[in-house]
Amino acid sequence: MNILNILDEIEKVDGEIYERLNPRRKAMRDFYNIGKKISLAALPLAMGSMFNKAYGQTNPSTVTDVLNFALALEYLEYNYYNRALSVATATYIPTGAPRAAITTIRDHERAHVDLLKGALQITGADGYVYNDFDFTAGGGFADVDTNYQTFLKVALAFEDTGVRAYKGQAPILKGNAVLTTALQIHSVEARHASHIRQMVAANVTGASALKPWIAYTATGNDTGVTAVDAVYAGEQNTTQAGIQITGINGTATTQSHAAESFDEFLTGSDVKKIANLFIKTGKKLS
Amino acid sequence: MKNNELETKNELDESLLNSAVGRRSFLQYAGASAAALALVAAGCRKDRNFGDISTGATLDFKDDFGVLNYAYALEQLEAAFYVKVASAPPSTFTTAQRAYFQDIQFHEIAHREFFKNALSTAAIGSLEVDFSSIDFTSASSVLATAMAFEDLGVAAYNGAGVRIKSTDYLVLAGKIVSVEARHAAYVRDIISNGSFADLASMTALGAVNASGLDGALTPDKVLGIAGKYIKTKINVINL
Repeated sequence: MNILNILDEIEKVDGEIYERLNPRRKAMRDFYNIGKKISLAALPLAMGSMFNKAYGQTNPSTVTDVLNFALALEYLEYNYYNRALSVATATYIPTGAPRAAITTIRDHERAHVDLLKGALQITGADGYVYNDFDFTAGGGFADVDTNYQTFLKVALAFEDTGVRAYKGQAPILKGNAVLTTALQIHSVEARHASHIRQMVAANVTGASALKPWIAYTATGNDTGVTAVDAVYAGEQNTTQAGIQITGINGTATTQSHAAESFDEFLTGSDVKKIANLFIKTGKKLS
Repeated sequence: MKNNELETKNELDESLLNSAVGRRSFLQYAGASAAALALVAAGCRKDRNFGDISTGATLDFKDDFGVLNYAYALEQLEAAFYVKVASAPPSTFTTAQRAYFQDIQFHEIAHREFFKNALSTAAIGSLEVDFSSIDFTSASSVLATAMAFEDLGVAAYNGAGVRIKSTDYLVLAGKIVSVEARHAAYVRDIISNGSFADLASMTALGAVNASGLDGALTPDKVLGIAGKYIKTKINVINL
């Protein structure tokens, strides 16, 4: 992912981006200096924290906030799959099982959009359309519209993010009837993630060992796509409610089993940072 | 406890007798919320008659312990099933399928043991299972049962979430249910590729295909379906 391209793209629309990041532009110099020191893998996180300073993504705090936040993510997913199907060729998304699976997932995302719009009593046009998104993430996934492997990698990041995003909002919905609906969407996203993972394993070069569940790695990211490290931050956790799961009660539960057996959540602001990489300026989540 | 054997009641009694010190250290060292939960549970035990645990297990839904014990019961059932499958998979299972069923076995063991430790003295005993309706040598029987358990597990967690009062345990249930959904999709795809989220086939579990919603069932309905596989009598109160 070329971060300088992303910043340049933003500057075209938001001429004050550098000023927003730091009034004296020192922050940018600092960032370049830090950039030399940190690994490429950590860039999305570093970018996330930089953009957070500039635009200040917030965590949803009310039920309505959560529903609007969820709706934005569903728009993202729906438009991604819908566009892919509309431009699909036999080499981009092969006919047969692959296109059928993506159609199933696209239809679910559309149903989620309609459900959430209904819950929010939104009767007008969609709040986000295809042109509001940049699924190349500023050029990082430049061939996302033509390369099946790239398409699957981005789809995987979206589905695993979706699972973590809904999970993170559960506390705000606690005890509310809306929680049940959100959980019913959440587990459908997990089913999608499981299937996309199997599609990635079958089709993406070097990914044949990818499991339907998120395996342990030191960074939490088991996909081999370092540009999406932020999506998996914390998935390496093996302690739940203070209880160490690895080897629990003398069982042969390994570190990988321990990490796999519990999916972690992401905060709303962390999810927004990830989503904003794919959303054009002016429509970014705040 | 051994992973490759079903727990028996005798084993559990023995472990309870020997674990007084273990439980005390758990209270000292476990995370604050788990410890607090265990302490409250210990307090409640004096005031509540659980009956003769040898004749059954009681799920009291008046508080989170009931919900957690309900989850513990379902995880016991799933773990027992996968332990049996993983120890002697159907001969037609591929190497990859054997490895992934091994993974699933340990995920369910991890869930089961997590709830056991989190509940501590409030935990119900080990359930006796009845798998007489399953042909463990037949891939289709094993896969159909695995699918039923996973889809039911997802519906159970989705339906029980709204009952959970503790934020920590609500999030924990969320961390587990998505892994169950990953299992469900994987097993479904083996049975029929592309059926990973065939919500129309899950309307009996509360799924709504037109809205893209997975299953969600109340505990009484879930236990009604799971009851066929559980010998131990399960008493449900305050639902």
